[in-house]
Parts: sequence; C-alpha cells; structure tokens
Amino acid sequence: MAHHANPTGFKRWLLTTNHKEIGSMYLLFSLAMFFVGGFMAMVIRAELMYPGLQLVQPDFFNQMTTTHGLIMVFGAVMPSFVGLANWMIPLMIGAPDMALPRLNNWSFWLLPVAFGILIFAIIKSFLGLGAAPNFGWTFYAPLSTSYGPPSTDFFILSVHIMGISSIMGAVNVIVTIINMRAPGMTMMKMPLFVWTWLITAFLLIAVIPVLAGAVTMMLFDRHFGTSFFDAAGGGDPVMFQHIFWFFGHPEVYIMILPAFGIISTIIPTFARKPLFGYASMVYATASIAFLSFIVWAHHMFTVGLPLQGNLFFMYMTMLISVPTGVKVFNWIATMWRGAMTFEVPMLFSIAFVVLFTIGGLSGLMLAITPADQQYHDTYFVVAHFHYVLVTGAIFSVYAAAYYWLPKWTGNMFHTGLAKFHFWASLISVNVLFFPMHFVGLGSMPRRIPDYPLQFADMNFWISIGGFAFGLSQIIFLVVLYKCVKGGEKATSEVWENPEGLEWTIPSPAPLHTFEVPPTVK
Amino acid sequence: MAAQTEPGKTPLYYVPAQSVWPIYTAIALLIIAIGGANFIQQSTDKVANEGTLGGATFAVGLFALLVCMWGWFRETVVESLGGKNSTQLSISYRMGMGWFIFSEVMFFAAFFGALFYTRLLTIPWLGGAGNNAMTHELLWPQFQAFWPLTLTPDGRTFEVMSPWGLPAINTLLLVTSGVFLTIAHHAIKVGDNAKVLKNLAIAIILGFIFMGVQAYEYHHAYVEMGLTLNSGIYGSLFFLLTGFHGLHVTIGAIMLTVMWVRTAKGHFTPENHFAFEAAAWYWHFVDVVWIFLFFVVYWL
Ligand code: HEM
Ligand SMILES: [Cu+2]
Repeated sequence: MAHHANPTGFKRWLLTTNHKEIGSMYLLFSLAMFFVGGFMAMVIRAELMYPGLQLVQPDFFNQMTTTHGLIMVFGAVMPSFVGLANWMIPLMIGAPDMALPRLNNWSFWLLPVAFGILIFAIIKSFLGLGAAPNFGWTFYAPLSTSYGPPSTDFFILSVHIMGISSIMGAVNVIVTIINMRAPGMTMMKMPLFVWTWLITAFLLIAVIPVLAGAVTMMLFDRHFGTSFFDAAGGGDPVMFQHIFWFFGHPEVYIMILPAFGIISTIIPTFARKPLFGYASMVYATASIAFLSFIVWAHHMFTVGLPLQGNLFFMYMTMLISVPTGVKVFNWIATMWRGAMTFEVPMLFSIAFVVLFTIGGLSGLMLAITPADQQYHDTYFVVAHFHYVLVTGAIFSVYAAAYYWLPKWTGNMFHTGLAKFHFWASLISVNVLFFPMHFVGLGSMPRRIPDYPLQFADMNFWISIGGFAFGLSQIIFLVVLYKCVKGGEKATSEVWENPEGLEWTIPSPAPLHTFEVPPTVK
Repeated sequence: MAAQTEPGKTPLYYVPAQSVWPIYTAIALLIIAIGGANFIQQSTDKVANEGTLGGATFAVGLFALLVCMWGWFRETVVESLGGKNSTQLSISYRMGMGWFIFSEVMFFAAFFGALFYTRLLTIPWLGGAGNNAMTHELLWPQFQAFWPLTLTPDGRTFEVMSPWGLPAINTLLLVTSGVFLTIAHHAIKVGDNAKVLKNLAIAIILGFIFMGVQAYEYHHAYVEMGLTLNSGIYGSLFFLLTGFHGLHVTIGAIMLTVMWVRTAKGHFTPENHFAFEAAAWYWHFVDVVWIFLFFVVYWL
C-alpha cells in the first residue's frame, strides 16, 4: 500500500506491522535462543564427559538442564515455526499480510520480554546471586512449589508472558488462514504447511491456557496458602502432572506438526512429483491433533495410576503412531521413482524422514506401559525426544531455512558450506544421541551430574558428539551471514518448478506482496 | 494500490501503519512481571527483596498497561471511524475475538478440571479407595473422604458456602444482565441508540451489583466462616474459580462501560459495531462460566 513510507533504522523493527519483518525477527530471535540453550547443553555435556563431579555443583547442573529445556522448547523451536508461519503463510495463500498486524508485532515483542526475565535469572545464578529454576523443564510440584528457589516466581510470570505471545500468535495464524485466502484457494488446495499450521494454532489456543492455569496454581500454592498440589490439604501433586501433560503432550505436536508441513512441501519439489496422498496428509494431521489430547498420561506410567488408566493411555498412544506412519509412508511414496536431486533442503528433509522415524519408534517402545516402567526417567527418554526434536523439528527448520533463504534474501547461499553444515550436523548428532539409547537401556537416569563407571565410555563419546554438533551450528551462522551479504542472485523460482504462490513473486520478496489477491485456479 | 486508496473508499485490505503501542504494551508487561514477582515475594514474606520496591513497580506497570490499552484501542477506533475497516477486517476482528474467548474457556477448563479431579479421584483416594488403603493408613488414617471437604487431612476445618442466598441472587443478577445486554444488542442492529443506552446501562449496573455482592460474600467467608485460601483444597478451588471469574466480570464490566460511552458518542452504526459485539460476547462468556460454576462449585 503506497500510503506509508518504509521507515528505516531501528524503529522500523520495533514498530513494524509487516509480516516479513516480524517473521525475520522471530527467526533471528529463535536462532539466538538456540545458541543460548545450546550453551547450556555444552555445560551439561562438559560435566558429563567424565564420571564424578568436575565442573559444576549438582544444583547448578539442575539449573542447566532446566533452562536448556525451557529455552529450547519455548525460545528456539516454537518461535522458529512462528517465524516461518509469518513469512510464508501470507505468501502461500496469496494474502497481503497477516490478518492482525499490530497484534503480530506484540506477539513477537513479548518474547524478548519473557526470555529476558528468564535469562536474567540465569545470569544471576552464574554470578552466584541466587539459583535459577532448577526443577526440570516440566517443573513438577512440589519441586517447583515447596522447594522452588525465589526465581520461580519470575519464571511463572515469564511463562505467562510467553503464553500470551503464543496465544496471540496462534489467533493471528488461524484468522489469517480462514479469512485471508486468495480467491480460489479452497481449503483442500492449501499447501500442507498452511494446513499443519492451522491445526497447530488450534492446539496452541487449546492448551497454552491450560499451562497458564498450571503455573497460576503453582503461584498460589507457593504464596497464598492454597493446597492444589499438597496432599495435606486434600490436593494432589500428581494432579500437577495431569494438568502439565494435558498441555505437554499436545505441545510436543505443536513442535512437530509444522515440521510435517515443511517436509511435505520440500520433498515434492526435489522428487519432482506431486505429494503422494495430499488428502490423507490432511486427515492424518487432524487425527494426530485430536488424539494428542487423550494420550498425556503416557508420561506418567510410573506414578501409580489405576491399571485401566495405564492401559487406556497405552492403547491411545499406540494409535497415534498410525497417522504418523501414514505420513512417513506418504513421504517415501512421494520419493518413490521420483527424479530426485539432493539440494541442501532435500538433504535435511531426507535426514528428517529417517531420523524422525527412529524417534517415533523409540516413542512406541516407551508407549508400552510395562516397558516404560523400566525406561522412564532414563537416558532412553532423552534419546527419544532428542531424535524427534533435534533431528525432527530442528532439522525441518534448517530444511525450511535453506529452502526459502533465497526467496527471503534474493541470494543463493553457499552450497558447499551448507552441505558441510549438513554432513557435520548429521554425523555429530548421531554420535551425540544414538548412544543415549544404550546408556538409557542400561538404566542411566536422566538429570544427574554424575553416573556409575560403566557408563563412562559412552558418555565420553556422547559429549564429543555434543561439542561437534554445537560447533557445526556455527557453520550455519557463516552461511547465513554470507547469504544475507550477497551471492549468486536467485531467480523468482529459485528451484526447478517448485509448487506454490511464493515462487510467483520476485526474489527477494518485496516488502509488500499480493496487495491485489492473485486468483488461484 | 491506487484503486484501493481512492479518497472516501474503504481499502480492500488495510495494513496499519507502524504502531508504538504493541511494544509499549510489551514493556508494560515487563514492568508488571518484575514488580509483581517482587511484590508477591515481599508481601508474603517468602523473600525479603529489600529495596526492590515491588509494590510501586507493580503499580507503575499496571498504570502503563492501562495507558497502552487506551492508546492502542484509540488507534483502532480512529481507523474504524475513518472508514478504514473493510468487511474482511471486521470479519478478522470477530474471528480473533472468538478464538480469544475460546482460549479463556480453556483457561477456566484447567481449573474446572482440577475441581473434578479432586472430587472424583484425589479425595476418595486419600480416603483409601481403589488400591490406596495403605496410603490412607500410613498418611492420615483419621481422614474421611467427603465433599465439600470441610476437614482437611492435616486437620484444618471451616464452613462451606451454601448456594442458596447470595450465590443464587448473583446468578439471577448476571442472567438478567445478560438479557438486558441482548436487548441492547438487538437495538444497536436497528440503530436505536437511546434504547441501547438504557438497556446497556441496566446490564452494567447489574454487573457492578454482582461484584459488590461477591465482595461481601468473600468478606463473610473470611470473617465469619473461616473459609480462606488456606482452607485446604475446598477453599483453594472455591476462591480460585470464583476469584478468576470475578476478575473477568470486572474486565467485562469495564468493557461494557466503555461501550456505553462510545454508544453515547455515536460511534456505532447498525453495520459497524464490532467492539460492542466483542464486549457482548465476552459478557455472555462470563455469564455461562458463572452458571457452570454455580452448579459445580456451589451447588453439587
Ligand atoms: C510416534 C509418536 C510418539 C510416541 C509413541 C511417543 C511416546 C512417548 C512416551 C511414552 C514418552 C514418555 C517416556 C517417559 O517419560 O517414560 C515420551 C516422552 C517424550 N516425547 Fe514422545 N512420543 C512420540 C512422538 C514425539 C514427538 C513427535 C515429540 C516432539 C516433537 C515427542 C517429544 C517427547 C518429549 C519432549 C518427551 C519427554 C518429556 C519429558 O519427560 O521431559 N515425542 N514420548
Ligand atoms: Cu507425550
């Protein structure tokens, strides 16, 4: 729209209502958080490299695992998907911007506020001025109520602010998708990334308020004498776990559904075939979302639920792997007999399919109640969720970044370096997480700073893999920097005949696009 | 696009100019969070936090938030009066409000879920039901499972709130308020502003009376019945549910009051009155929560 000049300088970023600028801020923010959370992971791995206590005290170690988890989940993975949604959804559905642009700006700027509060607590802890949250990213009561350090209260309010950000972001996404599609873009013509985000946004609006409820009850138990999670007053600490996981399980799908959308977008491009089973992908996503509300207690098989309860949640959890399997099948069928080439986004996507499936399979093992009673709270669980989150969610974000970077910046990235980033990450990530399965099956507990001697060799290699993976991510910074600075000019199509409206506009995408909606046939 | 910005025409899609309010609002929340956490810690003696001025910071934050809301809403009102709101945008606003209310429903769902969980599982289990006979025996063998729980496992006792009396009156107040609001809503659709003002005023006054009664009920609970936040799980759930509901009534009543002023200023037309509608939906939501609450918290 011609009526606003495009201001420059820092105000442009502080006050912007443009979906592309806000999308970029989200992405950069999540990248920064990825490195902050990664730093904590390095502390953890340094401590665990050898048995015995070498670097940090147990309480500080707990603070590292806690803040690593919180920052990665809420600060790195979630905002990166919101950033992609901001950038791509309007381009994919032919809309001029997000439906509620000011709200969009607010959703973003709440994040630095929330994480500022959290990171301040961590810095204080580094300086020896009081403990940061130390009760695990799942903040179970009573660890977080009776025994939480004073910083817990700041953590609670920070979670509230993250929650407002997520809910407002999700409202914006839903309204944009339902109300802003270009003429002819019917629901069943929407790109899968848009579909998966629509369902993710629904999950966010449904469960983030439940998380807000949980931390609110925590705050009351801590300060106002209530007994929600205190059996002496007729409450129940197990109830905390129910409420948390009612949020928590849908939350893990919030972190993977957009990834499914990304992979479903990229594989057809480089297999040069349309996606196999579009409709079944949509239905599978919807069923996963529905089922994700009734599997939460698979995180609680050892708390002493009634037998019928354990059985119900075991069967439901196994059921959820059916639609997940449908998806994996469709991706493979899309590649089957395709004219495949292996550009960097495709490499990350194929790695995703293989490694995410490994995570799904270990999930299935964990879903079997009697087996989980052995595996629970061991490194096997850590291996499971890092396969689905790092080689799943994070790899998909890398795939997306490489796929759309030329569209965003107008320049091709340095392919050699990007491939180096891929291979270095791929190898190190498996050295890092694969042995965790074995130490886990050997029953090394998670969240401990020291361990019995028999786990020493494996942990040494895990740490080596960890440092290597951490270093490999610096390559991405170099690729990104070079790509923003210059490089071979990208065409508007970038790749060979990719599907989607985003490829009909020039590269780099101009600040305002689709001011007149395109017609979709 | 030239075609869309011809003077006097509503643009097809209006990208608002840059705005200072979102980031100011984010900063206001930062001040509230820092002040609030310090304030709570100081006033409940958990942590001394000397010299952090929690209460004052918290107050400043709240004030800043109010200013921001005023500024932000003012911006949207000016746009709306300036004819910038296309049909598409007003649909976006309506959907946005609808989904926001859904998120509020889920917020209350967490608390209602806690209530059901406590009544159906925790209390019977503490009393030894299921396979919990040993737990019961070892922890609090004298504990009796019943609801409302007027005697906690560790021996605190108090009275419970009867539904007949103030809560029943309150139910009537809110429902009647909802009816008057609906009459006002129908009036706005036909442009009868005088009728809107009259009925909306009644709806608002009933809302404020509700809040007064609720405050009196709390006072009564604390002073005469020994029913406090400290009264085990019954008191916890009672005050959490009614308290958050009361907070929402307060917000809703403020929203309706603003709508009254805006109606008086002639802001709304039969076609363009999104804000009124949003406030009305919010009020009905608060109404429904109360009815639910009356049944499961007070009555059953
Ligand atoms: C095939 C699908 C999946 C199944 C059957 C499954 C099953 C499980 C089970 C049973 C547990 C509990 C293990 C325990 O604590 O003893 C678990 C933990 C976990 N899962 Fe999955 N999962 C699946 C997919 C995913 C996905 C897609 C994600 C995230 C993107 C994910 C993230 C997690 C996380 C973060 C935890 C650990 C939570 C914690 O205790 O800190 N899972 N999974
Ligand atoms: Cu789960």
